[in-house]
Amino acid sequence: MNMYRVIAIIRKEFIHILRDPRSLGMAIAMPILLIFLFGSSLSLDVDHVPLVVWDQNGTHESREFIGRFTASRYFDLNGHVTSYAEIEEAIDKREAILALVIPREFSRKLESGRKADVQLIADGSDANTATIAIGYAQMVADGYTSSLLLKAADQQGAKRVKIPVEVQPRVWFNQNMLAKNYIIPGLIAVIMMVISALLTSLTIAREWENGTMEQLITTPLTPSELIVGKLTPYFAIGMLDVVLAVLMGQYLFEVPLRGNTALVFGMAALFLPGALTMGMLISIMTRSQLLASQLAMVLTFLPSFLLSGFMYSIANMPIVIQGLTYLVPSRFFIVILKNIYLKGAGFAIILTEAGILLLFAVVLIVVANIKLKKRLV
Amino acid sequence: MLVSNNSEYAVTVKDLEKRFGSFQAVNKVSFQVRRGEIFGFLGPNGAGKSTTMRMLCGIIIPTAGEATVNGFDVFHQAEQIKNHIGYMSQKFSLYEDLTVEENIDFYSGIYQIPMVEKKNRKDWVVKMAGLDEHRNSLTAILPGGWRQRLALGCALLHKPPVIFLDEPTSGVDPISRRSFWELIYQLAAEGITVFVTTHYMDEAEYCDRLAMIYRGELVAIGTPDELKVKYMNNDVLNLECLDPFGALQAVNGIPEIREAALFGRGLHLAVNDASSSIPIIIKALQERKLVYTRLEKIIPSLEDVFVSIIESRDSSAGL
Ligand SMILES: Nc1ncnc2c1ncn2[C@@H]1O[C@H](COP(=O)(O)OP(=O)(O)OP(=O)(O)O)[C@@H](O)[C@H]1O
Ligand SMILES: [Mg+2]
Repeated sequence: MNMYRVIAIIRKEFIHILRDPRSLGMAIAMPILLIFLFGSSLSLDVDHVPLVVWDQNGTHESREFIGRFTASRYFDLNGHVTSYAEIEEAIDKREAILALVIPREFSRKLESGRKADVQLIADGSDANTATIAIGYAQMVADGYTSSLLLKAADQQGAKRVKIPVEVQPRVWFNQNMLAKNYIIPGLIAVIMMVISALLTSLTIAREWENGTMEQLITTPLTPSELIVGKLTPYFAIGMLDVVLAVLMGQYLFEVPLRGNTALVFGMAALFLPGALTMGMLISIMTRSQLLASQLAMVLTFLPSFLLSGFMYSIANMPIVIQGLTYLVPSRFFIVILKNIYLKGAGFAIILTEAGILLLFAVVLIVVANIKLKKRLV
Repeated sequence: MLVSNNSEYAVTVKDLEKRFGSFQAVNKVSFQVRRGEIFGFLGPNGAGKSTTMRMLCGIIIPTAGEATVNGFDVFHQAEQIKNHIGYMSQKFSLYEDLTVEENIDFYSGIYQIPMVEKKNRKDWVVKMAGLDEHRNSLTAILPGGWRQRLALGCALLHKPPVIFLDEPTSGVDPISRRSFWELIYQLAAEGITVFVTTHYMDEAEYCDRLAMIYRGELVAIGTPDELKVKYMNNDVLNLECLDPFGALQAVNGIPEIREAALFGRGLHLAVNDASSSIPIIIKALQERKLVYTRLEKIIPSLEDVFVSIIESRDSSAGL
């Protein structure tokens, strides 16, 4: 590898990037925008959800249950109603996002130790807030259930008790106040994967489309010089994006970074070459800018969101899908970032994941080299 | 075995073939290019000119045959070849979003021009391309002729002994074409071998030697004068008249005339023997009361030669 030629490529690529406002915008603004959008919508904790109650039961138990809601800081009780029409009106007037309907037989069922259902009606026009609010309601019901269990245990001694209020906590987000602390580090990993691949997906294809590749082939330039020369400027941009993302986490979302900041950047430096080369490999294979960017989007966006453990727990996936997740580099970067962010983990703990990221980078660079070589000669 | 480095040939090609799937783009082509000569590759669209040149420059791998460039084998020494050639592709292939100087700097880096020479070489290219006042202009805004000269300059930065130019003047105005050819002459005078493809007949006349390629096959090779004598088994008559269309009809039935084609203000007629045909033609014209101003045997143009070769090929192929 000849440094003269690598430097010539690096300089040229920087000029391309700086002269093309679109790619520059994509490189800087897009990660900021994406982290802001996804970060705010996925992780902002909702509180003071306006609530109306239709208490058909009207007993001590039902009032105690409602009291649980009003006591929590997540809900503001905006009054009682006595019909579905009133609920609809309250939601229409935005006086309520959530309505709680307690059926007539609520207390009777509880007393006989049976499962008692309550009804929740949510304003679906803001699906995100509604989902979060329903999650809180479940949390409150959960708390009520445990207190009933405790009381029952006290009264009945060692006798077995049945669960009185059905709780099905199956909402994926973190229900305690740490939601954003948990989501933002993962989001940084996911967005960096998508952005990196998109950034480089155009580079080689553009040379083919413009006919400049044909010219390069007739020069002594080697494939590895071209790849390294093209990766370097995008690596710099990628690192800048990571800095911006970490700053956003720190100051916009106020996510505490328990571990070492330098370690975050060190790991990013390990993650980026593989992610960038993935986009470049797509570019090498397709030779078409349009196709390459679309493919890069599909191949990174969906796996990074769905198969990386970011949205869905990997342990709950079917075994075949679990196997697939090993091919998703962001999976390991997410583990690394969460460990550093949440647990303040040092290098020793994330050694395996770091090794896997390095392996990804090496394999992808070698493959890109082979693929480019074939076409060059 | 093919010739070595210090031979008198810059390029040797023997039975070179390229197939794209079942399509034979280049079919068993053989020729040699002497050092320091301007070697023209002439042929219509799709004849296989670019494909042949690309094989020599290491862009595509030949299907069969042998070839060397500057003594290096195209199959096994493609990388060595790349240090010794300059290539200008048919499509403009500098970076349009880079300025003139940035493009030159880029190729200086790629060709590893030493620091001490770098400025000299850059100044030489800028001057040669006549771009002194446009050093910092984006390449995208340059007119065609200037772009071509800049591309040539970038391909010459490392002083290659052999340069390949694929239709360097297509889409360029006539004055720029002429000045481009003056550059080619200068390079040849400095001892650089110039391998150039074209489909302009007038440019072909400027070449030291010519190869004509048609449907992937080499159909003729030699100096322009040799081609006119060797491959023209007819005499060519130039008939100038007031009514070329009428004249065309008049001569059409004459068996001695093998071909008749409109040419400028008259006709070019290919005949077996000029002296015996001229009286017959005059008689035919007079019968139709057609006035002619001139009828004489001429030295055929390259176009006549090319048309004649192609027609005899096509007729023997039953087309
Ligand atoms: N990569 C390729 N795949 C398939 N066919 C090809 C390829 N490259 C060239 N051809 C075909 O080979 C033939 C010769 O092409 P080539 O570009 O060598 O012609 P040319 O003489 O340079 O013509 P032109 O004057 O149009 O440049 C054409 O029919 C072309 O379509
Ligand atoms: Mg061509």
